[in-house]
Amino acid sequence: MTTVATFEISYTQFVDAQGEPTQRLPPFATDSAALIALYRAMVAARAFDAKAIALQRTGKIGTFASALGQEAVGVGAASAMRPDDVLVPSYRDHPAQFVRGVTMVESLLYWGGDERGSGFTGPRHDFANCVPIATQVCHAVGAAYAFKLRHEPRAAVCLLGDGGTSRGDFYEGLNMAGVWNVPMVLIVNNNQWAISVPRTLQSAAKTLAQKAIAAGIEGQQIDGNDVIAVRHATEEALAKARAGGGPTLIEALTYRLGDHTTADDATRYRDAETVRQQWQFEPIVRLRNYLARSGAWDKDKEEALQRECAEQVSRAVDDYLAVPLPGSDAMFDYLYATLPVALEEQRNAARRFAPQGEEPSG
Amino acid sequence: MQRAALRLRVKNQVAEVNLVEAVNLALAYELEHDQDVILLGEDIGVNGGVFRATAGLQARFGSDRVVDTPLAEAAIAGVAIGMAAAGLKPVAEIQFTGFMYPTLDQIINHASRMRHRTRGRLSCPMVLRAPSGAGIHAPEHHSESPETLFAHVPGLRMVIPSSPARAYGLLLAAIRDPDPVIFFEPTRLYRLFKQQVDDNGEALPLDACFVLREGRDLTLVSWGAMLQETLAAADALATTGVSAEVIDVATLKPLDLTVILESVAKTGRCVIVHEAPRTVGCGAEIAAGLAEHGLTSLLAPVQRVTGYDVVVPLPRLESQYMPSVERIMDAARKALEYA
Repeated sequence: MTTVATFEISYTQFVDAQGEPTQRLPPFATDSAALIALYRAMVAARAFDAKAIALQRTGKIGTFASALGQEAVGVGAASAMRPDDVLVPSYRDHPAQFVRGVTMVESLLYWGGDERGSGFTGPRHDFANCVPIATQVCHAVGAAYAFKLRHEPRAAVCLLGDGGTSRGDFYEGLNMAGVWNVPMVLIVNNNQWAISVPRTLQSAAKTLAQKAIAAGIEGQQIDGNDVIAVRHATEEALAKARAGGGPTLIEALTYRLGDHTTADDATRYRDAETVRQQWQFEPIVRLRNYLARSGAWDKDKEEALQRECAEQVSRAVDDYLAVPLPGSDAMFDYLYATLPVALEEQRNAARRFAPQGEEPSG
Repeated sequence: MQRAALRLRVKNQVAEVNLVEAVNLALAYELEHDQDVILLGEDIGVNGGVFRATAGLQARFGSDRVVDTPLAEAAIAGVAIGMAAAGLKPVAEIQFTGFMYPTLDQIINHASRMRHRTRGRLSCPMVLRAPSGAGIHAPEHHSESPETLFAHVPGLRMVIPSSPARAYGLLLAAIRDPDPVIFFEPTRLYRLFKQQVDDNGEALPLDACFVLREGRDLTLVSWGAMLQETLAAADALATTGVSAEVIDVATLKPLDLTVILESVAKTGRCVIVHEAPRTVGCGAEIAAGLAEHGLTSLLAPVQRVTGYDVVVPLPRLESQYMPSVERIMDAARKALEYA
């Protein structure tokens, strides 16, 4: 017998759960202002999460998917991107979207049941939230192919969850990305749960990163609760992608501290003690501890930041609640570039039966 | 300058081509005139596609614009969506309609609603081509006519040509359309007959029916390969003194009933012919439209001649499944003899 191929999956962490560096930090992390920006983005995302759940409970928005405990993945990934790169998110990636420039109002509109939430004014070329699991992987491959074909120094960054790596779209997209060597970074937020199904029932593979090996691309595992590790790994993968080095799969290990969505009750399938223990690994406290230890953070700064984020969220909620309902024409206006004649009758019927006093457009 | 004009004139020559050659001409025309157009699919490169629809195009336009994909239909559709949203105009080929079902998730959940759900921020100008229909003695899963699945989906266009000239003009229109188009090419017509096609880059209108033959007594409505039998039935009816109007629906979604309603207002009688199974077939939508908007014009119940509600049979029985001239004549007689 001869061994024809061997593979290794690396694991990277820079700062551990106590906020202690476990190795020399990458250059960007020596700038405390850069780290504070990451910290601020994570705190803002968590403040938004808490408020969004409260809004759902009071009927002000619909079902909401919290990113609690996984803020480092989106913030780290998006902060490594350039504006003209393309984010291809799942539906749990508002921390990344906020860094990209999507507003909290737009996110609330989306979860509040208004298509205008995905028409965001910020990163106009970013993809919208993707609900059908892992289907977005193929979109990222296609967008990345377009960049490569046009010789543009851009890349697609795609986010998905651990459950998504069981789907055909993931395998098919990953395989094509490998064959075509496209500039794409695929980040798996392995939060250990796909609704009620734990990671162990999702795949017998020791790591999800190794799924990249079968597609002929690089796969690596990182501590997804360490925002420095996420940003560093994404930056390196993006640099490689821009240099023609092809795609990378990054498995970011996290833990879903909240329910799957507001429609879920995780106490039905996991015990509170496990969740309580996982809180010691979450991403925000560790970065705060690191910053405090290095003298870049203190109690006053923390209080000011918490106040600032609460105000930002509160303003967004006010603005969201002030957005008038869409008129019935909104169902028809963007279905096609031009409304087909065959649909005019239906649009007119919707206008006729719209609630009194409402404008069809707007 | 003079040389360029000369070359252009040579390229614009009128050629006698069959339907698959017309598809090839339209693809080549758009690849040459629009740098954003890109072809992808299984075996479309060196091999030129299993039906040769893309023959010679990779050699002419390069392997980065005429792309052989891995064998993965869902990803072919999904990747095309990503390309389209990023500014390209992908034309993806699925080898047979029977292998399109893995694409439904991507097409229904993403292609059809990309523009809508992003309020026009992103769009999906892609074409998904596939050979469709029975009648070529093909193996299992190579003879399906699932146009109704796509015609049901808001945001899509569902187009089926019935001749080389319409394949050329409608495919050009489909590629240039700013929204996703599902384009079925009837395999039975690929090499059945030739027609003069002027390779001048002129598109035909989408969302419009074509009157192929004018008549006074009866309206025959069909699309795709079935227009062969439908036109033959019109010929046969003419020998008995019946003047049948023949309409090619061409775009099944969105369905513009104007031409059909105008025709039935004139004839009062209508027979709809399609190869796909009857229940919830596109014929049902046309019949419902006639009931809603043309009831007072009708002198007889609308007749449907369709594939049966069975699994499309293997070759030994397929001729009994397909609507025949005899079945169309039988339905026409029922419509004509109704008091």
